[in-house]
Amino acid sequence: MAKAGSARKIAGRVGLYATVSAFAALLAFPFYWMLIATFKTDRDLYDLKNNPLIFNDHLTLANLKLLFEKTLYLTWVWNTVIVGVLVVLITLALALPAGYALARLTGKWGERLGIGIFLTYLVPSTLLFIPMSRIVATLGLQDTLWALVVVYPSFTIPFCVWLLMGFFKSIPKDIEEAAMVDGCSRARAIVQIIMPISLAGILSAVIFAFTLTIQEFTYALTFITSSGEQTVGVGVPTNLVRGDVYFWGSLMAACLITSIPVAILYNLFLDRFISGFTVGAIK
Amino acid sequence: MILPAILYVLALVGFPFCLSVYLALSDAKIASNTYGFVGLENIRSALESPTFRKSLGNTLIFTIVSQALVLVLGKILATCLSKDFVGKSFFRFLILLPWVAPISLGTIGWKWMLDSLYSPVNWVLQALHIVGKDTWPMWFGERDLAMASVIAVHVWRLLPFSTVIILAGLTSIPREVNEAAEVDGAGFWSREIHIVLPLLRPILTVAGLFGIIFAFTDMTVIYVLTRGGPAQATQVLSSLAFFTGILGGDLAGGAAISLFLFPVLVVVAIVMLQIARRAEVT
Repeated sequence: MAKAGSARKIAGRVGLYATVSAFAALLAFPFYWMLIATFKTDRDLYDLKNNPLIFNDHLTLANLKLLFEKTLYLTWVWNTVIVGVLVVLITLALALPAGYALARLTGKWGERLGIGIFLTYLVPSTLLFIPMSRIVATLGLQDTLWALVVVYPSFTIPFCVWLLMGFFKSIPKDIEEAAMVDGCSRARAIVQIIMPISLAGILSAVIFAFTLTIQEFTYALTFITSSGEQTVGVGVPTNLVRGDVYFWGSLMAACLITSIPVAILYNLFLDRFISGFTVGAIK
Repeated sequence: MILPAILYVLALVGFPFCLSVYLALSDAKIASNTYGFVGLENIRSALESPTFRKSLGNTLIFTIVSQALVLVLGKILATCLSKDFVGKSFFRFLILLPWVAPISLGTIGWKWMLDSLYSPVNWVLQALHIVGKDTWPMWFGERDLAMASVIAVHVWRLLPFSTVIILAGLTSIPREVNEAAEVDGAGFWSREIHIVLPLLRPILTVAGLFGIIFAFTDMTVIYVLTRGGPAQATQVLSSLAFFTGILGGDLAGGAAISLFLFPVLVVVAIVMLQIARRAEVT
């Protein structure tokens, strides 16, 4: 009896590992593909007789060299970082006070307003990009990074307000009230007491505003046409392709180098991101 | 304190939305600044156009098929990840990669992996003797295969997200509930059907709703992989709006097309609010 039980347990483990490994292999395969393509020689890449899944020739840095020296890749990365930083600053300036106020606003209205703001995050860029392009043109921002700096907070603010609201709610009111009894003004209580203990929450809002910015595609594609002003998400897929010629090695290198840091950052804070999405469906 | 944030969002979500309705009722072109009022003309001509109807149908197929797959696979994967095992965090990182990496870049990887000449997917299929040397599928060249490809890539992209949401739901089910049922002699399947799935319903709804929005309104995967081709076989509403409104210069026509995304958003928002209200009451 005990033997049958443990055999079953082992079978269960094997099944578990087999399933998880199969999923992981399928989901991560494109990144493995990018990794080997980055270091393959052209001769290896374009020989149809080769096994494409392994190295058949010596490794090379030529693709990376081409990417860094002959393309605008570094410019795109730099553009993305500038936009990201500015968007994060605007988002924090507006979302921090709003998130705090909503957390302290008791009663039904606070909750409803919070959900209302969150729902605007769901209004997709593909619904708004046409009127947005008109607005951007009227403001004289077309084909500049400023267009993105102005427009991106329209989705980072709602998400971060929601996230920060949840975070501030978890901080007991008594802490700041105690400080105010001791003669602190509310503003000072917020800056000196609430902000320091909220650093983790604020940091996750920063990471999300930044990664949402890097991942955005539609607006960046719509507003910006000159290659020198593009962000990395649009620059790489549109510029490393010349007509029918794909610079596959460099293209894969660019995808990999950009994706991995973003993925690692995002992964660190993912649980908080997900708890933002469960909207009260979990207690 | 809330006001600046609300004003910013109103100015950049509310105002563009109204402008979009206005544009849809006008004859605005990208090159000119005049807006003549044409009423429902754009909506009518959109509804009459075969391309639009095709895109609407494609959008529905794309959304429904990809979401059904995502929910089923997500539930399976979440059940696996809810167990403890060695190497879990490493597997979790690999599984999450498609969601956390920038979507346009991940899709470019697929574009090559499904290339007509250099596809490693075809190479593997050939090695497994599923396809022959001269019958490699042209993933982006045939209508059904192209649709299957964009759906597959979208499932690849959204599966991690749904998995993690469902996983959060699974871990919130008290362990005792399952253990008590096991003591009472309920097997894996009967526990799944009578206990786990009913308890998971709210979170599955939430995962499904977000998935529907992401799929219904996405254009990145389709723009990068197929540009709507071949012969509009994978054209969806959002990509059609882009080609009409931005590349074709017909702002009014594009705005009218993208407005068809709105009803789905309204339905999703209403269901979402109901879930949130129920959570408030209990």
